[in-house]
Order: sequence, then structure tokens, then C-alpha cells
Amino acid sequence: MAKKEKISRQIMPEQAAEIRAKNFEEVPLGLTQEAAIKEAQRCMQCKKPACVDGCPVGVDIPGFIKLIAEEKFVGSIRKIWEKNALPAVCGRVCPQELQCEGKCIVGKKGDPVAIGNLERFVADKERISGTGEVPPKAPPTGKKVAVVGSGPSGLTVAGDLTLKGHQVTVFEAFHKPGGVLVYGIPEFRLPKDIVFSEVAFLEKLGVTVICNEVVGRTVSVDELFEEGYDAVYIGVGAGLPRFLNVPGENLVGLFSANEYLTRSNLMKAYRFPEYDTPIIRGKNVITLGAGNVAMDSARTALRLGAETSRIVYRRSRDEVPARGAEVHHAEEEGVEFFFLTSPLEFKGNEQGRVTGMVGLKMELGEPDDSGRRRPVPIEGSEFELECDLAIVAVGAGPNPLLTETTEGLALNRWDYILADEATGKTSKKGVWAGGDIVTGSATVILAMGAGRMAADSIHDYLTWGW
Amino acid sequence: MFKIVEREEMTGGTVIRNEIEAPLIARKAMPGQFVILKANETGERIPLTMADTNPEKGTITIIYMVVGKSTALFRELKVGDAFQDIIGPLGAPTHLEKVGKVVCVGGGTGIAVLHPITRALKEIGNDVTCIVGARSKDILILEDEMKNASNDLRICTDDGSYGHHGFVTDVLKEVLEKGDIKLAVAIGPVPMMKFVSKMTKEYNVKTMVSLNPVMVDGTGMCGCCRVSVGGQTKFACVDGPEFDGHEVDYDELMLRLLAYKEDEKRSLEESGLQL
Ligand SMILES: Cc1cc2nc3c(=O)[nH]c(=O)nc-3n(C[C@H](O)[C@H](O)[C@H](O)COP(=O)(O)OP(=O)(O)OC[C@H]3O[C@@H](n4cnc5c(N)ncnc54)[C@H](O)[C@@H]3O)c2cc1C
Ligand SMILES: Cc1cc2nc3c(=O)[nH]c(=O)nc-3n(C[C@H](O)[C@H](O)[C@H](O)COP(=O)(O)OP(=O)(O)OC[C@H]3O[C@@H](n4cnc5c(N)ncnc54)[C@H](O)[C@@H]3O)c2cc1C
Ligand code: SF4
Ligand code: SF4
Ligand code: FES
Repeated sequence: MAKKEKISRQIMPEQAAEIRAKNFEEVPLGLTQEAAIKEAQRCMQCKKPACVDGCPVGVDIPGFIKLIAEEKFVGSIRKIWEKNALPAVCGRVCPQELQCEGKCIVGKKGDPVAIGNLERFVADKERISGTGEVPPKAPPTGKKVAVVGSGPSGLTVAGDLTLKGHQVTVFEAFHKPGGVLVYGIPEFRLPKDIVFSEVAFLEKLGVTVICNEVVGRTVSVDELFEEGYDAVYIGVGAGLPRFLNVPGENLVGLFSANEYLTRSNLMKAYRFPEYDTPIIRGKNVITLGAGNVAMDSARTALRLGAETSRIVYRRSRDEVPARGAEVHHAEEEGVEFFFLTSPLEFKGNEQGRVTGMVGLKMELGEPDDSGRRRPVPIEGSEFELECDLAIVAVGAGPNPLLTETTEGLALNRWDYILADEATGKTSKKGVWAGGDIVTGSATVILAMGAGRMAADSIHDYLTWGW
Repeated sequence: MFKIVEREEMTGGTVIRNEIEAPLIARKAMPGQFVILKANETGERIPLTMADTNPEKGTITIIYMVVGKSTALFRELKVGDAFQDIIGPLGAPTHLEKVGKVVCVGGGTGIAVLHPITRALKEIGNDVTCIVGARSKDILILEDEMKNASNDLRICTDDGSYGHHGFVTDVLKEVLEKGDIKLAVAIGPVPMMKFVSKMTKEYNVKTMVSLNPVMVDGTGMCGCCRVSVGGQTKFACVDGPEFDGHEVDYDELMLRLLAYKEDEKRSLEESGLQL
């Protein structure tokens, strides 16, 4: 292979910032086939690929990239599917700079191979023009598995166990499946059609998806066993919004990010009044927090007509937990950042609507337990920021609805479900758990990894019994 | 999926009763619990309390007042039509206990919510006095049902067209004066619940109200339904909808209910539907 001439990382075309900040279309437009093949040629096909260590599910990265370079796209997607059932999603939302691409050897001296973009490319190609063929399934085992929650972890379990011959039913509380992929992550970052086509694929495979069933209310975990399920997987996510506990938090116009994003994404309030669910369209918007959820909220506010969209964060830029690409996109679109600022109180008018936030400036003090320098308040630095919409995106906790109604399910001290790290097994016989309800808010790929691990363990249990 | 098997227009079409096929929900529902309904693909998620359930038949009954776009859309649904989505049963069931003398106060469609609770309170051996109010005689609902569900039914109308001429609180005062009331239950418009609670507090009678804030998911994941109770923030969809009436911040609730006033108007206008 005589390819010494240096190819630079292929740039994925994007909608221009000033245009995309006003619509809900996807921001990055995808690589052309030509660019994808070129990008694939940048991979050095390492014997001991560091990138694979960086991928939580161990995708055979050089393997699938080589097949792209050879224009064997169907083979390439099959290679990815061996480890990752939702590549069109992961290619878009994985924090690649911290995972696969962060470890890529090419990245040591320049830009790493665009692994995420390539993954997205083959997955999109398969979805749009692929064969749509369904992989072979093991003969029916006669065993029934209930999966609670249709987020990435639940969907992974459902797909894996169906392929192994078990009969799987997914129960979802919302009226549409997909979990955070549908109600949380906005259309401009992850088009919902992609998620629905992944779910449709699972249904074609033989998975039954039942929406509008809240386990813990409509049916309990124990009743699922009584109904004949042999095993239950709990992947209900971390859906309890945290608030700040400061005065003025119940003013109209102050939302949890969960509510704000659910209205916009799942209920399509951005298309009101064509869709019936309304949303408050703020002119001056403040978002509290700086994770992916906060970026999604601040960018959604812009698209809903905000003149200013500001992110207020207690720590400094170095600690921002969001994906690098999202922070970059947000800044390009005009989101402003107020670092080292802590909210003290929200002010409102006689109609009980929010009109402003009182903030306090912070400075970095001594490192705390996590090694991060702890922000400490600067006395007398209070200032007011005007706003008519405020979105609280400071994290989520475990929703107790299911756990409180399930006997014998041990929780940790923050009320997340305790599950074995290697198998996902809980303290309750026949019950596994994984994803955000075990780890706390994490990532799509970690939730899927947990699902795969649990599926293997459930399969062993159903095959051998113990 | 969630087919309407019976439909009745009450009070000349401003209040509608639907009996709907929802066997899984009917099997589990308890008095005080609600469902969330969505009519079609573009619809909003609307919370309504179950006014009745029939586990054998696999149906639930809702009674709702047509107040905006979504309820006007629901009214369009005929027998044989279906709601696209119904989720439930949601919320904590009413805490039912034998305490002796109980007074139940209802107003508007709150009467529909109050009915199964009243019936259950009587069934477990309480002596239940019921006071229901309406603006006028022709919009009073469930009179016979409430009579059967209670030991003594008192009716009030704002315009004096039926029963006592005046507010439910007038009659409530009489009942409380006689003494010995152990528990009050008040369900209806927020101002009514506020004034009932104010009065029962003077008489030191424990009072339960059922709150109706705006909701989205109904499972505790969005915080849209938060209400202040005893100075603490609660999620009405999971911690409630029933709370200690003496502790609720009604003024905050009323303001929060107006959050989408302009949007609701626009939504109704553009839909071409009538109230
Ligand atoms: C706005 C936002 C942006 C994000 N961005 C990224 C990103 O860019 N990259 C990334 O890797 N990660 C991101 N994440 C995190 C990632 O989405 C989550 O870690 C992941 O979705 C967790 O998957 P899960 O399957 O555990 O749960 P979820 O995706 O939360 O799904 C759980 C499902 O269970 C359902 N459910 C809950 N309770 C019940 C019940 N009792 N009965 C039935 N069903 C129930 C819920 O309705 C939900 O559909 C983001 C999260 C949010 C909120
Ligand atoms: C737990 C719960 C149980 C309920 N049970 C019943 C019931 O059994 N029967 C019934 O008729 N209604 C009930 N409601 C109220 C019902 O949900 C609202 O009337 C409905 O959402 C109005 O929707 P809409 O689109 O038709 O009207 P909108 O256009 O949304 O609103 C029209 C008018 O109604 C007011 N409104 C909006 N939402 C509510 C609300 N949640 N409660 C009170 N007023 C509201 C608005 O301020 C506005 O003035 C209940 C609400 C909750 C939270
Ligand atoms: S799944 Fe995520 S981490 Fe793994 S290779 Fe794909 S983009 Fe990278
Ligand atoms: S580390 Fe980089 S160059 Fe090496 S195999 Fe992985 S993607 Fe290719
Ligand atoms: S309606 Fe969302 S938390 Fe209650």
C-alpha cells in the first residue's frame, strides 16, 4: 500500500450557523461517499488499535473502516453491528473525543480519524439504500423476556435477545419509543426518523413494543412474572429532574430541561399550533448547567426565537461536561457563556412570570474530592440577568416510580438500582438492570454496553438457569 | 386501541362523559387516580381523573368540561372512535379511612372527580354529607349519583335556580357549625378549594383537596406539575394529586394554570373548533 501522501481529515459539511440557528434541520450534513472513502484511507490499520480500547463496546474500528476504504459498505455495517446495534445514533452523539477518537494514534500528531463520522456514514447508507435484510435468528427458545424502558439500553437488550431466539416485549411509559433519543435529544442533532427506523427494524426482527404502559403503575414487575415472563430487564433511565432549590423556582417560565425538551421534541411544540402542545418562547433565555442537556436546551431556545440565549455555569470552561462538538456548535450559533456564576434567586412579576435571575460570581478555590478546583463565591458580586425563560439543566436523578413499587430490588444510597457490574443482575431473582438507572446520567453507548452485557447474562440464565 | 363504547353529552354539551375500553387501566385503577389522554398524532397529553371504572367490562369513565382546544377535540370523538393514547392509572390513590363524619364539597367537573371518592368513603362506613355547587341548575352534573354515594346531599347554585342560593361555603359553614366533622374533601375550581380550605382551617378540620396543575408526562419526569405544599415543592402527578388543603399555595397554582393562556386561545381559534 503506497499511500504516503498525507490526507487531511475530511470536513463534514454543516448548515451555516446563522441559518441553522433558526431551523430544526440536522446541523451536520454527512460525508459524501468520496469523502468517506478518503477519510477511511487515513486509518493506519493499527495491529493493536488504541481506538478500540476507547470504545465502550469495542467496535472493530479498523475492521469496519477498512471495508469502507474497499467500498464494501454492507460488510462494513455488518462489522459494526457485531458490537453496536445503533450506529446511526452513536456516530452522531458519542463523545468521540473522549472515547474512540481520543485514543486514535493518528490524533497524536494531527486530527484523529473521523471514526464517528464514518460510522454515521455507513449506517445512513444502509438505512437509505441498504438491503434492509434481517440477520438470521436462533430457533425459538419459548422463553419470554420483558424489557422496561425503550431507551438505548432497553432496545439493545431487546435486539440481542430476539436474535438469540427469545420472545421479547418492550414496555414504554411514553406514547413513543426511544427514550432520551426521542424526548431529550433534539431533532437538529438526532433526527427522530433515525430512531423510529431503528425501532421499526427491531419490530421487523420480532420484538413487540408496547407504549403507554407505565411499569409500577399499569403493571408491576411481579405481575410481569405472573404473566409468564421468564426474565425482566429494567432500563428506565434517570428521569427525575433536579431543581436548584432557590427562591422563585416555581415562577411561570422556569422549566426543567426535561420538560422543556420533552415539549419541544416529543410533543413537537416547535411546530405549535400544528401540534397542540404549547411551549414558552422566550426572548431572553438563561440555561443553568453546561452538559449536553444544557447545550440542547440553549440551542433549542434559539431556534424558538430567542434573541439572547445564555448558559450560566458554576464552574469554569475547563470543566464543561458537554461534547466538544456541541459546545462549539452552540458558540457558533450565538449562545453566550457565563462561567463561574451561580444562580441565587429568580425574580418575577405580578403574573408570576420569571423576569430575571440574580447570580453570584465565583472564583476557583482549592481542589475538591473530584480533583476539580471548587468554585467559591466572591462576596458582594451579585448581579442580575434579565430573562423571560429559564431552563434548569443541572442533572437528573433516579425516578422512584418503578423502584418504590418493586419488592426486593436493592438500591444504592442515591436510589439508583444496584446491579452487578459484570452481568447487570440485580438483587431480585430474574431481574436485570442497566443504563442510566444504574449508573446515573451517562452516555448512549454506555447504556447500550450495559444492555449487551445484561442480554448475555439473561441468555445464560434462560439457557442454563441458575 | 382505546375505543369509546359509550358517550353522553351532559349539561347541553359543555360536559361530556366517555366510557372507554382500557382493560389494563381499569384492572388497576383506584379512586382518586387519573389518566393522561391524547386524541391523535398531533394531540396534547391531557390529564383527566377517572370518574368510574369497570374492571369486568375493561372500561374506564371520564367526565370532562370542554374548556379549550384539546377538550373540544375530544368532544368530536363518537362512539366507536378511539383515543390514540391513554396512560394510567397515574397519581397516588385517595387515602381512604373510616373516621366518622365526613363532608365532601364539589364544584363544576370536580363533582365527577369527587364521586368515586365519596362513594368509597361511604362504603367503608363513614357518614358522608355532600355539598355540590354549580353556577346554575342546568349545568349541575351527577345529582342522582351523588345522592346515592352520600348520606345527605346538599345542592347550591350561584343563581339560585336550584337548592341553596349561594356558594358551597355557606352550606359548609352550617355543616361545620354542627360539629363533629372529622374530614373534609374539596374538589373543584381552585378558588373554591382555596375558600373551603380557609374555612375548614378555622374549624380545625383536616381537609383534602385534589389539584389540577398543567402536566406533561404524569410520571414525575418533567416537574411541570409542581405545586407548593407546606412550603415544599411537590410533583402533583406522583406526590398527589391529593394534598392537605391547609398547606397548598393556591395563588401560585392559579398563576401557573395561566401559563399558556395566549397559546391556548390561539390554538382554539386556529382549530376552528367551538367551545
Ligand atoms: C438532552 C440530552 C442530551 C444528551 N446527549 C447525549 C449525547 O450527545 N451523547 C451521549 O452519549 N449521551 C447523551 N445523553 C445521555 C443519554 O441520552 C443517556 O445516557 C441514555 O439515553 C440512557 O439510556 P437508557 O436506556 O438508560 O435510558 P433512557 O434513554 O432514559 O430511556 C428510558 C426509557 O424508559 C422509559 N421509562 C421510564 N420509567 C418507565 C416505567 N416505569 N415504565 C415504562 N417505561 C419507563 C422512559 O420513558 C424512557 O423512554 C443525553 C441526555 C439528554 C437528556
Ligand atoms: C390530575 C388532573 C385531573 C383532572 N381531571 C379532570 C376531570 O376529571 N374533568 C375535567 O373536566 N378536567 C379535569 N382536569 C383539568 C383538565 O386537564 C383541563 O381542563 C384540560 O387540560 C384542558 O385542556 P384544553 O386543551 O381543552 O384547554 P386549554 O386550552 O389547555 O385551557 C383552557 C382553559 O382551561 C384552563 N386549564 C388548562 N389546563 C388546566 C388544568 N389542568 N386544570 C384546570 N384548568 C386548566 C386554562 O387556564 C384555560 O383557561 C384535570 C387536571 C388534572 C391535572
Ligand atoms: S460506538 Fe461510539 S465510541 Fe464506539 S466507535 Fe462508535 S462512535 Fe466511537
Ligand atoms: S487508532 Fe486510529 S489509525 Fe489506528 S486503527 Fe484506530 S482509527 Fe485507525
Ligand atoms: S407532569 Fe411531569 S412531573 Fe408531573
